[in-house]
Amino acid sequence: MPQNEHIELHRKRHGQRLDHHERKRKKESREVHERSHKAKKLIGLKAKLYHKQRHAEKIQMKKTLKMHEQRKTKQKNDDKTPEGAVPAYLLDREGQSRAKVLSNMIKQKRKEKAGKWEVPLPKVRAQGETEVLKVIKTGKRQKKAWKRMVTKVCFVGDGFTRKPPKYERFIRPMGLRFKKAHVTHPELKATFCLPILGVKKNPSSPLYTSLGVITKGTVVEVNVSELGLVTQGGKVIWGKYAQVTNNPENDGCINATVPGYPEFTRNVLTTTKNTKIQHAVGFQSQDHQEDR
Amino acid sequence: MTSEDVERLLIQFQDEEGEVLGSPFDVPLDITPDKLQLVCNALLQKEEPVPLAFFVRGEAEVVSSLGSCVKALGVETEQVLPVVYQPQAVFRVRAVARCTSTLQGHTEAVISTAFSPTGKYLASGSGDTTVRFWDLMTETPHHTARGHTHWVLSIAWSPDGKKLASGCKNSQICLWDPVTGAQMGKTLTGHTKWITWLCWEPLHLNPECRYLASSSKDGSIRVWDTVLGRCEKILTGHTQSVTCVKWGGDGLLYTSSQDRTVKVWRAKDGVQCRTLQGHAHWVNTLALSTDYVLRTGAFEPATATINPQDLTGSLEELKNQALQRYNKVRGSAPERLVSGSDDFTLFLWNPAEDKKPLARMTGHSALVNEVLFSPDTRLLASASFDKSIKIWDGRTGKYLMSLRGHVASVYQVAWSADSRLLVSGSSDSTLKVWDIKTGKLNMDLPGHADEVYAVDWSPDGQRVASGGKDKCLRIWRR
Repeated sequence: MPQNEHIELHRKRHGQRLDHHERKRKKESREVHERSHKAKKLIGLKAKLYHKQRHAEKIQMKKTLKMHEQRKTKQKNDDKTPEGAVPAYLLDREGQSRAKVLSNMIKQKRKEKAGKWEVPLPKVRAQGETEVLKVIKTGKRQKKAWKRMVTKVCFVGDGFTRKPPKYERFIRPMGLRFKKAHVTHPELKATFCLPILGVKKNPSSPLYTSLGVITKGTVVEVNVSELGLVTQGGKVIWGKYAQVTNNPENDGCINATVPGYPEFTRNVLTTTKNTKIQHAVGFQSQDHQEDR
Repeated sequence: MTSEDVERLLIQFQDEEGEVLGSPFDVPLDITPDKLQLVCNALLQKEEPVPLAFFVRGEAEVVSSLGSCVKALGVETEQVLPVVYQPQAVFRVRAVARCTSTLQGHTEAVISTAFSPTGKYLASGSGDTTVRFWDLMTETPHHTARGHTHWVLSIAWSPDGKKLASGCKNSQICLWDPVTGAQMGKTLTGHTKWITWLCWEPLHLNPECRYLASSSKDGSIRVWDTVLGRCEKILTGHTQSVTCVKWGGDGLLYTSSQDRTVKVWRAKDGVQCRTLQGHAHWVNTLALSTDYVLRTGAFEPATATINPQDLTGSLEELKNQALQRYNKVRGSAPERLVSGSDDFTLFLWNPAEDKKPLARMTGHSALVNEVLFSPDTRLLASASFDKSIKIWDGRTGKYLMSLRGHVASVYQVAWSADSRLLVSGSSDSTLKVWDIKTGKLNMDLPGHADEVYAVDWSPDGQRVASGGKDKCLRIWRR
């Protein structure tokens, strides 16, 4: 293979053979015959490879031809009106078939009996202590290792004041403290930036819950008074539970979802520790309400 | 003979707006509503006695005798007691009891059904892309109007009953002549997604019935000139699908949308006046207090005859009649608007004046699908997917009663022309007629084989039409 452009250079300088175009034309027309000769006469492995390649080429050719055909003919617009006509007020709603509704009802009854509830992320990877807490060495000879620093995002309340630094066992760095979460409502398909009220449960460990560590799968309570939700009795809902769906320490923000209507009142989280499935203790939670 | 002195009480008759009638009267405590009616009619000095309902201090209705009401309220008998009188409709609509016919013909589910303003024609739109006109005298099919290419989602009669507009899922609007069943003018195209609601301009604003407003999933509202067959104005502003559009009697357009707002527009120039915010989820439906009178135009249900007739008279006469009727129903207060939403609540607004709602009506435990003012604007009915219908006071938004009986989501409701009866169609395939005075079920109308999608009561009060998923249109009569 030529490593440089000397062939082209020669062509530019001296032009081409006088019968170049004639020869080219004839060669191209012979190509068809040569191809068919090859297809008939090849045997063995070469034949297999060749035929496979040719088959693929032919399929592509047929497809493009068909596409061109479609362009030429006038479309008869054959789409029949789809079945399942519904009035305008039902159009944006997913209708459930009756069988599905009944089976859902039975499933829910069974779950109620067993005490299991639905959460957006039911199984979450448990975070070990070495991952979440980093050992901080203190002391004159840097030998004491009783302090720990939290390496994940955490939430501390409004009136948080640190313990005296000498006695502080868990350090929560200010850079990793967050106050707001981006909460997505699945039905409205809208995301709101709402202030966090508190960490309700961290599935990995109750220690993290008390520290306020937020990792993926943590249930946090957010302030939804901005959204203007009201209960049946006319009371305004100002707090809702949402589950964190991303790894906040990697992204720098907390994304959470509210698991749709009706309100999420009870849940049980499960964490997977290798192959053992651990059930975190269920808890009762009620949305905070205030009288109008 | 027992000579018991019955206690007497001073009462002062007041009408709903607070104007006093005559001077305080001295009446015995055991006076019944009939006698009160005689007295009041005498004071009103009308030619024919008008049936009246009486409310002590505007709150509690006098049912058996004035005494029991006063005792229940615990009112002092020393002072003059204001008694509000409300004229009820002179005519009385009888409850429908039987299915007189099942009109088959549609090959797919019947999605929308509507009586013409005089009750002469019945039209139904269906998933088989046709709009069918039915002859009510013989209860047989009259015309089949073909022209749409997808499901006919909404239909609307012009207030003079001469035209029917229908919108389909392919965002086209067609106009039909009910007499011949033929298409009038050309198909109006312009929206990019399906049509959710159609609303004509009221008769008293324009007796020619020329302009039509349509709302669509693409978030815009278009005002069409049906004579010229083109789009006059495009109102944009909503960020998501517009679910309902209503043309008010004062020249304002009200629209509700899935972006949780209700917007008020000026119909003349298409300028947005106000945005009413407050809902927490999609706003599904709107209802105006003057809805019924705008729908019927110049036709007065009290003058209905057995054979519904077309409206006669010149355009001027019709316009004056419609304007008179509108002013009577509206009274001195501006129109009120109610919006029902997926957040299970309703808001009562005074959209012409205020951005803040008058009242928030909570109580439903599932989304509210339809709200409807009664024809006399005193009551409000809300149908919800929680299988109940709630009745609220039309003026203040106070909760009055719940009508329970359906076993699945209630899709649509329709009031009778005298505001005494309510019919509701639900997903459990039955219709139920409710008596509002007692709050109880009057009639249960089973018969449909599948969900009931659309219900309408004819303005002359004689018939109820219902259509549903079983592709049949049923007519119910007394």
